[in-house]
Amino acid sequence: MQHLIRFLIALLIVPLLLTSVSAQTDPRSLINAMAVGNLKARAAQIEALAATGDAKAVPALQALSDGALYFRKSDKQVFIAQKSGKNFDLIDPLTAENIGSFPKGSVSKVKVNNSLRRLIRSVIGTLTLLSPDPQIRIAAAQTIFKTGDPESLEALDRALVQEKASNVRSAMELARASVILKSDSTDADKIAAITLIQKGDGREGLPLLNEFAAQSDGAVAAAANKAIGEIEKTIALLDIGQTVWYGISLGSVLLLAAIGLAVTFGVMGVINMAHGEMVMLGAYTTYVVQEIIRTGYPGLFDYSLALALPLAFLVSGSCGFVMERTIIRFLYGRPLETLLATWGVSLILQQTIRTIFGSTNKEVGNPTWMSGAYELGGLTLTANRLWIVVFALFVFAALFVVLKKTGFGLQMRAVTQNRKMASSMGIRTPWVDALTFALGSGIAGIAGVALSQIANVSPNLGQNYIIDSFMVVVFGGVGNLWGTLIGALTLGVANKFLEPFAGAVLAKILILVFIILFIQKRPRGLFALKGRAVEA
Amino acid sequence: MITSFLFKALDRRAIWVVSALIALAILVPASNLMLPFDSAFHVSNFTISLIGKYLTYALLALALDLVWGYCGILSLGHGAFFALGGYAMGMYLMRQIGSRGVYGDPILPDFMVFLNWKELPWFWLGFDQFWFAALMIVLVPGALAFVFGWFAFRSRVTGVYLSIITQAMTYALLLAFFRNEMGFGGNNGLTDFKDILGYDIQSDTTRAVLFAASALALAASFLICSGIVRSKFGKVLVAVRDAESRSRFIGYRVENVKLFVFVVSAMMAGIAGALYVPQVGIINPGEFAPANSIEVVIWTAVGGRGTLIGPIIGAVLVNAGKSVFTAAFPEFWLFALGALFVATTLFLPKGVVGSFSSAMTWLRLRTGKSDAPVAEPTVRAAE
Repeated sequence: MQHLIRFLIALLIVPLLLTSVSAQTDPRSLINAMAVGNLKARAAQIEALAATGDAKAVPALQALSDGALYFRKSDKQVFIAQKSGKNFDLIDPLTAENIGSFPKGSVSKVKVNNSLRRLIRSVIGTLTLLSPDPQIRIAAAQTIFKTGDPESLEALDRALVQEKASNVRSAMELARASVILKSDSTDADKIAAITLIQKGDGREGLPLLNEFAAQSDGAVAAAANKAIGEIEKTIALLDIGQTVWYGISLGSVLLLAAIGLAVTFGVMGVINMAHGEMVMLGAYTTYVVQEIIRTGYPGLFDYSLALALPLAFLVSGSCGFVMERTIIRFLYGRPLETLLATWGVSLILQQTIRTIFGSTNKEVGNPTWMSGAYELGGLTLTANRLWIVVFALFVFAALFVVLKKTGFGLQMRAVTQNRKMASSMGIRTPWVDALTFALGSGIAGIAGVALSQIANVSPNLGQNYIIDSFMVVVFGGVGNLWGTLIGALTLGVANKFLEPFAGAVLAKILILVFIILFIQKRPRGLFALKGRAVEA
Repeated sequence: MITSFLFKALDRRAIWVVSALIALAILVPASNLMLPFDSAFHVSNFTISLIGKYLTYALLALALDLVWGYCGILSLGHGAFFALGGYAMGMYLMRQIGSRGVYGDPILPDFMVFLNWKELPWFWLGFDQFWFAALMIVLVPGALAFVFGWFAFRSRVTGVYLSIITQAMTYALLLAFFRNEMGFGGNNGLTDFKDILGYDIQSDTTRAVLFAASALALAASFLICSGIVRSKFGKVLVAVRDAESRSRFIGYRVENVKLFVFVVSAMMAGIAGALYVPQVGIINPGEFAPANSIEVVIWTAVGGRGTLIGPIIGAVLVNAGKSVFTAAFPEFWLFALGALFVATTLFLPKGVVGSFSSAMTWLRLRTGKSDAPVAEPTVRAAE
């Protein structure tokens, strides 16, 4: 008897349980529900799944549309199936977890047809358009923008009503405009949509408008063509802007490499062929600092560059100081001999680094704040390049202040302009020389810290920059910081503008030839020092 | 006039050097070819190609010395003239391969077939003739030097500025020759040579003849340089080196003087390159590397600039040192070379030969045996 009662209770409860399950908004059970029922019932099941507004249901729906949704016969659980050999790998549609491999016979496909596929497509659009994550909403809008599927119009309108974030809204409006172009709306609507697309992301809209203009005629086509013209103009401007940015970025690298040289060459007339090696020492200092941080204090990694800067300045600066005291001071007045001796030093430094660290490239990491990119009115600025531009300008400004506003700078300028007179006025010119050389080398060192972020850190690092730096200094004019700044930026921008026409190597050759010719015209560079100091 | 030029060129020291070089040109190949292998005086094939290479280096250093030591033009781009001469020779040798290349094309060198080129570029025409190639070996470097010098000396680009733009020149050429589109074999350069003038380039006889040719070219160049520096023109050269403005004020056309000597020097460098290529069997853009040109400067400086024998000794010494060092302690060669740069400029500004002869002069004056000190051109800061 008891058994019978239990059985009756169970009979009563089971339908109750079933109804409560179907009324539930749990996506997993809604997906599992698709294991039963015919195609007509499936439409309702899909709608029910869409009603949850849960973007997690999207993979399952997508799989259903692709015919990759299967259910396990044993327990009617629905999975996404991937064929592997003769078996199927079953993947949980919500967690993307691989459940394991099952033989073909143990699973069965969830059936689908084309009208259901259409439904799924619009449902997916709606689901992702309503996703709580704004990134997903934007991505969904952008997908619709590209496909321009007229089915999504309704979903878009629904999403637009409740959308609050302005960037998502504008993406959705663009998507809506794209849908309107594909639909059979009125001409006025279409023209409004064209204007919207033109104002929005032009580069993305161009193929869309091109396609539309080819298909339509009359006022709409004219409007589309006009918009195409406008967009092309904007794109051309943006391209120029991007090239200028690349040029400035290259120019700032040149500036960093050359600015220390401008000090030693400009103030002392010393050709320091080991300048590139000072840059290399700075880069290796960064490497060592990062290695120590990595092994000892991983939390400090984001500050590694800040720590490396003063150290690199000290390492390269003291190296320069020693060089000046032991070699260069005996060679003043003999610039060509200085050139040879410093070349010798550069060979020794290169080989030293090679002996200690090996000749392979060293891995120097980017701190998190230096990776990624910024969007600025259609221009893409990568973070490390942006920081290097900022840093180069900062170094330039700092050096400028040192030269113009400090006593040491005053002495340095006095020695540059007239060594004998400065000496007569009581300036210890040898001391100024040594410190100037240390300063120039130190700046090369901190340039190395910056360059370690974008260049290969190898013993040859300096060699790659030395000729370019000389070109900058000679082009800009010796003994003039502004000349170096303008020289570096001009050469950088000119190089990048030549590259699309001539290719990277030929562009560089052209720049070199240009400088050779330029020196003929103005043997002392863009901003030449005038007066007697020049002949000394 | 030519006899007087030669007569002046052949002072006692020059006769010594030239006869030594001629003796070298005869004796070394003879010993290599005729003496049995086990003879104590037999020169091995390896040695002969090594010394042959040194001789072409010596010729290059001599060429540089003519402009740097005597005229004060520190060219950091002489490697470019050397390489251009080498490429001209390489092009001739490539055309000689004919249909024996990997792809068997009778006209196009392998790399052009590889790049899918249909016909020979215009600048390769004529290089199947030796006389044409020989002409180009001197004309191409000479023309480049003429154009470059014409602009540079006329606008009075001097001192370090000139050095830097010569370096820029060789760097630009390095980049250019690395490009496949240039039609000079790109990265790999020209290699895999078979014949020169119909003789197998690998054979012992050819090697010996090339060695003799290098020694004789060096001897001839030495004579020419010696003639130039001992002539009246040579005195003007030294005047330009030591006081450029003053020479100009006196009425000499300084730019013409410089241009002439620069072009002659570039041609010599071209010949050196042309002799170098068949002996090492390859020419690639690496020869244009600025570092190579600077190394030539140190050969000259070590030997003693402003003397003609100096660069020859320097080139052989440094390169022999390099061969020994790179074989025994490869790690330390760059240390040694770097130290050599520093030590030479600091302690031996006149080089081995200059220091030796000043020491001799000092000795002779001390012992009072000499009637007059030897008129050695004094080396000053070449500004």
